[in-house]
Amino acid sequence: MTLDANSIIERRAAITGVGQSDVGRRLGRDPLELTLDACLAAIDHAGLTVADIDGLSTYPGPMATPAGFSGAGAYDVIDAMRLRVGWYHSGLETSGQLGSVVDACLAVASGLANHVLCFRSVYEGTAQGQAGRSSVMPGSGGDGGGFKASGFMQWNLPFSAPSAAIWIAMFAQRHFHEYGTTREQMAQIALNARKNAALNPKGIYRDPMTMDDYLAARMIATPFGLFDCDAPCDGATAVIVSRIERAQDLRNPPLRVEAVGTALHGRPSWDQFEDLSAMPNRDAGKQLWTRTEFKPADVQMLQAYDGFTWLTMSWIEALGLCGVGESGPFIEGGDRIARDGELPLNTHGGQLSAGRLHGYGFLHEAAMQMWRQAGERQIPKEVQVGAVAAGGGNTCGCLLLVRD
Amino acid sequence: MSTSSVVPFRILPRLTEQNREFWQGGERNELRFWRCQDCAYYIHPPQPLCPMCFSKNMGVEAVCGDATLTSFSINYQPWMPGPELPYVVAIVEMVEQPGLRLTTNLVNCPIDQIRCDMAVQVIFEHHEDADGDIWLPLFEPRHLAKNEAS
Repeated sequence: MTLDANSIIERRAAITGVGQSDVGRRLGRDPLELTLDACLAAIDHAGLTVADIDGLSTYPGPMATPAGFSGAGAYDVIDAMRLRVGWYHSGLETSGQLGSVVDACLAVASGLANHVLCFRSVYEGTAQGQAGRSSVMPGSGGDGGGFKASGFMQWNLPFSAPSAAIWIAMFAQRHFHEYGTTREQMAQIALNARKNAALNPKGIYRDPMTMDDYLAARMIATPFGLFDCDAPCDGATAVIVSRIERAQDLRNPPLRVEAVGTALHGRPSWDQFEDLSAMPNRDAGKQLWTRTEFKPADVQMLQAYDGFTWLTMSWIEALGLCGVGESGPFIEGGDRIARDGELPLNTHGGQLSAGRLHGYGFLHEAAMQMWRQAGERQIPKEVQVGAVAAGGGNTCGCLLLVRD
Repeated sequence: MSTSSVVPFRILPRLTEQNREFWQGGERNELRFWRCQDCAYYIHPPQPLCPMCFSKNMGVEAVCGDATLTSFSINYQPWMPGPELPYVVAIVEMVEQPGLRLTTNLVNCPIDQIRCDMAVQVIFEHHEDADGDIWLPLFEPRHLAKNEAS
């Protein structure tokens, strides 16, 4: 199907401001307060006031488990700021964390709102406490052994596979098998992130890391070692999506949403997706390029999800920035994805080194770079076309941003 | 009946009318899946509609238990009480139908001999439970003689 430009209504939306709360491993702060800090910062950054906000969108909405996964829901923020919204939405079942931003684009494009406040808030660092990730695994404590697995967890918990680390490791392993991908190649995602986090004042792990450090770290679930896994943290990120007509005279030049990718063509499952060497992001990535005249070669910067290192490689392939199966050689050595390379990647340190802000951290960073407000870690070249991608497994979405 | 020798702690599935045949087929040494009785497509996890022909005419049938190892991960992280570390989580595909897959554990295999696409066969791990016993379908290399681990 060929789309005419008028049907690609995300182009009537722009990112106009971003904000972030304090970020840390265990801040011990009220997660709603962190959320509101990020929201107020984004509104101010856009040059708006709270009264201008007439829409709200968030991922995933209120959730009691896993602990710390959702710091605030839509109603919490609408009520705390006494917002009057023409449209609002939250939800988990969407095209990744950025699905909430896509929803906001469609809402402003359709006239339901002018300025939508979008946010993602986590406090997994504090919620997991000193016990680490194992403390939040289902059935891992306090239930007297009577816990039974149901829903989709019944297909992996009985096999002692409670973590996405294991589920995604099996995708990576298949990729290694089919394409000869190596841990030394995959390491570049982690090493690049650590190098960039050193220049990010909010980075969580800022000490230098070498290939030897990476390879010597304890294994979690092969082929993932400790440094292939992101760092749970506390923090909130907010983004303002504005109707393009209302975006022109604000504080920052509008970052137009040129195209989005939201597709899901395979089974929405961690173990039933037909091609285990790829992920459903393959479909979202492909779809994005059907909605724009830009080509993968035009992308000057990529901010792509790294909940686990291999997910970033998967996104590089999904977005067509290299061939299928070629992400290993593509990132080998790390020069290409460095801040001063051909395709600067995760310039804030990603979730691996700057904390698991869960998807929105990448959009925040893309905007800061395209506005040239990234301080010490600013990409040397001018970036007018940037790609942002978030999610893994069955929940994936991507955006192409353009600064005209 | 094939049963692996050491039975570790497991979180067991909550039995339902939909999953009972899958989790209890091992009592008779059978791995059972829902199967469309109109177009013969195996369906997993169970659902009330055939995704191929949209029939609701479902039956339950045993497969032979042979599969290939689509992928695996050797898990070193102590997430929760469970098998001795490291243990191997795997996705296997039954020989009867492309895409007929499940997550499981690979057992009775030295970790340096695990390869994607290797031939494996089902072996059941029996768990007694007041809500109904469970037989977890685990897999081992197919070159092992059937029932060797009984």
